[in-house]
Amino acid sequence: MRLNKILKNALLVISAGIILTACATKKEVAVEAPKKEETKKEETKKEEVTKIEKIAGQMQGDVYIGTDSVKYLADGVADRVFFATNESILTTASRETLRAQAAWLRANSNITVVLEGHADERGTREYNLALGERRANAAKDYLMTYGVSSDRITVISYGKERPVDSGSNPLAWSKNRRSVTVKAN
Amino acid sequence: MIKKFIILIFIFIPIKALALIEVDITRGNLNPLPLAVSPLSIDETSRKNFEQILDKDNIGSEISLIVENNLRTSGLFNPLDKKAFLQAPDIANLKPRFEDWNLIKAQALITGKVNYINDKLRVEFRLWDVLAAKEMMALAFTTVPTNWRRVGHIISDKVYERLTGEKGYFDTRIIYVAEEGPKTQRIKKLAIMDQDGANNKFLTLGNELVLTPRFNPASQMVTYLSYFKNMPRVYLLDIETGTQEVVGDFPGMTFAPRFSPDGKKIIMSFAKDGKSDIYTMNLETRLVERITNHPSIDTSPSYSPDGKYITFNSDRSGYQQIYVMKNDGSDVKRISFGNGLYGTPVWSPRGDLIAFTKLHKGKFYIGVMRTDGTGERLLTENYYQEAPSWSPNGRVLIFYRETKTNSKGEGFSAKLWSIDLTGYNERLIKTETDASDPSWSSLLSN
Repeated sequence: MRLNKILKNALLVISAGIILTACATKKEVAVEAPKKEETKKEETKKEEVTKIEKIAGQMQGDVYIGTDSVKYLADGVADRVFFATNESILTTASRETLRAQAAWLRANSNITVVLEGHADERGTREYNLALGERRANAAKDYLMTYGVSSDRITVISYGKERPVDSGSNPLAWSKNRRSVTVKAN
Repeated sequence: MIKKFIILIFIFIPIKALALIEVDITRGNLNPLPLAVSPLSIDETSRKNFEQILDKDNIGSEISLIVENNLRTSGLFNPLDKKAFLQAPDIANLKPRFEDWNLIKAQALITGKVNYINDKLRVEFRLWDVLAAKEMMALAFTTVPTNWRRVGHIISDKVYERLTGEKGYFDTRIIYVAEEGPKTQRIKKLAIMDQDGANNKFLTLGNELVLTPRFNPASQMVTYLSYFKNMPRVYLLDIETGTQEVVGDFPGMTFAPRFSPDGKKIIMSFAKDGKSDIYTMNLETRLVERITNHPSIDTSPSYSPDGKYITFNSDRSGYQQIYVMKNDGSDVKRISFGNGLYGTPVWSPRGDLIAFTKLHKGKFYIGVMRTDGTGERLLTENYYQEAPSWSPNGRVLIFYRETKTNSKGEGFSAKLWSIDLTGYNERLIKTETDASDPSWSSLLSN
């Protein structure tokens, strides 16, 4: 089912792409005749298109897949995983990241971590505190199934209080919906 | 501190006339009642004494300005320009020449007198019905001079009550979170101010994140969430003494606190293993009770004014919606069924309505519905706003609003706003810094 959802998301992205190209082509036909103003419009349109494509490249559905704010606990061990709006389900990519974290934690058994759960700004403060806690716990549960003992993991939720991106747009929000694994010692 | 300075002595002079003027506050008032607030008269000796103590040139005028400002912001009254007044304050207070006040279209008139008596401030005021040419009310207070702003608020409450038939909300305070700094690293402090923005005071230093302060309806206690030592927990703060303590001993985050109407319990959420449930703690017995037990997120609880019911939001249906249950957690019923997400329910002090935040198609709304979920009415729409809190008379809601940032992520602000239950009279409440999470106190006097 989850795979289904991802496929659906991917399809959405692709179809969005098609629609955009379609729009662009249509516009070009119209451009032939009229003058400067039109070309200007065309340019901004193109800009918009590339912007949207850029977002599309960094998001799958509305889950962030880029590396913009990501830090590394060790070589190849990303520190954070991202979530869809109002969700705390781990994506395939998130599970891969967490397996890498688990392997690193198993190899460095003296290290303890804090999992910081966050939400985007598009929710009420109190609900978001709970949502951040739920996200961090989703990550914690996964680390535990891959052999990290629960006494090495502390969970804290910041709700929407500590965004990494102060933007008010879907891409910024997607970066903010996250659980970050932070070394505690 | 508060207790000490409420040495107010009320002398009630009997009311003679029946009011002919009535202000209907149940509808949006597009024609606020024109009234004249004559500056309180003051003799020269008293004026000088108060000038020395309070550093105010004319305390009589200052008090009347507070009254004028309160009545104007209520949206129900239209205080007329003082320049048009024909009668001097001292004479008006003895016996208004009603024709003069009628001429400038005032329907009601407030007059009064300030005296300095034995180091105390004595204020008397009268409310006159200009059309009926009669006195509607006369009251006098004696208090310490530093209390002068509160005298203005109490006069405003008395006038509001006499003309609308409902209690006022001017002699009250707002506790809120003062915000500063970039959006990604906001510094937040607890702050308190009078309802009109005066006497602003910070209660914490900003060393740790603090959120969602709420007044005890029965005393000057406040409950809030603090990240002290990086452990988000519900705290109790006595604003008179400044003492703080953690509420309960929970092995995880407690949040979303509120007092029960009698002030004896705190109701809040406790988050553990990805689940948030609602708990209460009795502040006298320290007894903790679990109220909900569900794998979903149950939070933002608020009691009905009789304490028998609790409203809260939960995502047990898959999305955030509003529920009502008995105070023991039984008989849970979903009440919000409109399109979108619903959160932060707060029960009106009058008992008949629940105010809420709604998110629908990328917009945030503050609205009200009846306690069975019927009669939903959205009062205001914006990019982001939430967390309504009721004025003690249940006529006004205060909430906070955040702005959208530009493409560079700049231009963020958070401000307090108020709106009447009618959906009219939306107002920005000026604060020294950015502000969020407001909570309205009960009336300090009467």
